[in-house]
Amino acid sequence: MAMFKVMDKLEKSPVMMRDAYCTALMDLASENDNIVALDADLVSSSGMKPFFNAYPERAINVGIAEANMVGIAAGLSAVGKIPFVHSFGCFATRKTCDQVMISAAYAKLNVKILGSDPGVTAAYNGGTHMPFEDIGVMRSIPQIKIIEMTDPTMVSDIVRQVAEDYGVHYLRMPRKNVTGIYEPGSTFEIGKGNILRDGDDVTVIAGGIMVAEALRAAARLKDEGISVRVVDMFTVKPVDTDLIARCAKETRAIVTAENHNIYGGLGSAVAEALAKTVPAPVEMVGINDSFGQVGTEDWLRKEYNLTEGEICDAVRRVLQRKKRKFLWFTIDN
Amino acid sequence: MEHRISAKELRVIAEGIRLVTLQTLEGFGAGHIGGSMSIVETLAVLYGSELRCDPANPAWEDRDRLVLSKGHAGPALYATLSLKGFFPKEMLSELNKGGGRLPSHCDRNKTPGVDMTTGSLGQGISVAIGMALGNRMNRSDSLTYLIMGDGECNEGQVWEGAMFAAHHKLDNLIAFVDYNKQQLDGFTKDVLDMGDIGAKFRSFGWFVQEVNGHDVAAILNAVTAAKANKGSPSMIILDTVKGYGTFAAGIEGNHHMSLTKEQMAECIKAASERLEEARAAFAAERAEQAAKNPAPKAPAPKPADNPALQPLEVTDDKAEEKEEPAPDDAPAEGSDA
Repeated sequence: MAMFKVMDKLEKSPVMMRDAYCTALMDLASENDNIVALDADLVSSSGMKPFFNAYPERAINVGIAEANMVGIAAGLSAVGKIPFVHSFGCFATRKTCDQVMISAAYAKLNVKILGSDPGVTAAYNGGTHMPFEDIGVMRSIPQIKIIEMTDPTMVSDIVRQVAEDYGVHYLRMPRKNVTGIYEPGSTFEIGKGNILRDGDDVTVIAGGIMVAEALRAAARLKDEGISVRVVDMFTVKPVDTDLIARCAKETRAIVTAENHNIYGGLGSAVAEALAKTVPAPVEMVGINDSFGQVGTEDWLRKEYNLTEGEICDAVRRVLQRKKRKFLWFTIDN
Repeated sequence: MEHRISAKELRVIAEGIRLVTLQTLEGFGAGHIGGSMSIVETLAVLYGSELRCDPANPAWEDRDRLVLSKGHAGPALYATLSLKGFFPKEMLSELNKGGGRLPSHCDRNKTPGVDMTTGSLGQGISVAIGMALGNRMNRSDSLTYLIMGDGECNEGQVWEGAMFAAHHKLDNLIAFVDYNKQQLDGFTKDVLDMGDIGAKFRSFGWFVQEVNGHDVAAILNAVTAAKANKGSPSMIILDTVKGYGTFAAGIEGNHHMSLTKEQMAECIKAASERLEEARAAFAAERAEQAAKNPAPKAPAPKPADNPALQPLEVTDDKAEEKEEPAPDDAPAEGSDA
């Protein structure tokens, strides 16, 4: 059961995501000898140096060899270890897709993969390093679980749960500061979305850095008399189909908001769930099938329309469609 | 070198594996005959003598592990595991059958005794490294064996692993390259010439030995030397012939073949003859030993705590009674770890 409380104010969290991640893994490692960390020459970037210093025998820098890293992790788990591997999201997925598929997932082994700096948070590293596709790459691998961690509070709880949940997990998060959403001590349930704010007219289903934007958009739209429900859908797979269907029934219009290509990511997952349950008009805020480019995160957010304003526009569009086009979709409830 | 098993006995085991592998392929009518035949002798040495395992307890934590990275040679491994007692011989008829437990490429979740799922070439080395590294972290003396193909060494991941294993001095990893000089599309020298594979691994920092991969005594010596080697991973390059011991030996297109009834019959006849020959040689060796040493010998040391010492039982209607105790009576005691 999730027990979470949403912060009163939306502010940058004082703790960096990577520090929360390292702390969570070190706490686990102090209790469990089987926790192992692997990185592919990004220890300085991933913030895992304290772990590497504290547990040198259980920390492995494999060098710049992501495919090898995932295979090694699979082998470690075959002899009882619980390996957490890290690379930037683009390399943790694109460069390892077959290894994750065969050596880890198909072989039913126990491998945890962190892909950092998703989407525009890759900022100055530019298009080569800007994963708009990582969820899509991973989502087609059977039985894998995919979690986009929203803030440091969630990181602390999710890392612990993932260590205890046998199987392959892909975790996604920015390395640095994000907007804090949850009160410290909040807990989460993998596979269940969180309703952060209730509303009747439309539901915005968001993930990652777009959760804060969705909350801001909801506050702004309230002044226009639009009641917006906001869901943090941090588990992209298995996505919370029940909650999506419920939101579609209750608000009859959906907007998705993600820091990822609208193809293959959260928007796709939500649309698939709706198509199978309660069809409703959907507007997707996300990357419109483009490549990344270099820039500050703020500039990139504007460039790719990952903004509060874009969510507001999408809400207005979806409300128009809800009125006009979907009258013939008599929803049976 | 003194070994706990004679080369003649290992040859019986090898020819038994060859025969049963061919019978398995015969059941399906097609398969990866080439790459299965070339690793038969290595599997005989591992499962006949060197690899610590317990057929009654395939998940035994303290077992040695084999990653058959050239997963398409599954049929040879299945024949071996069946002979070793991991599953009954009748199960071999499940090869490539829908819903069966013996897929064309190895699957750790389907077949008792298979330690890793393989088939996407190049991946086995990394997994074997992970196992070896994990065993070292666990202070376990379990060894990890790895068999790769020579064509497989085209894959970049093999060399990522080669660097890593040497850097981390993984002396509990014993790898083989089945240097049979052929890959799916032709001869390795024509498709992508790997040059001197042994020299490549040597330059990466591995302890490399090159042996005739169809000579069980040579393989056994090499594994023994690899076990004694400290401070670096071991590579044993097996000089082999793809399709060895059959009509398919060294011919083009022998990676995966559809086999006519006549071809299979010929293969199986030849393999049966080879097995008979090996048995005769082994029997003669036993007789010679008995003549030299007529005093009633204490039963051969057969430590119950080491199931690896159990010889494979080659069951065949024509089989001579072996003088060794049946392999069923020991493993259980060693398995409660």
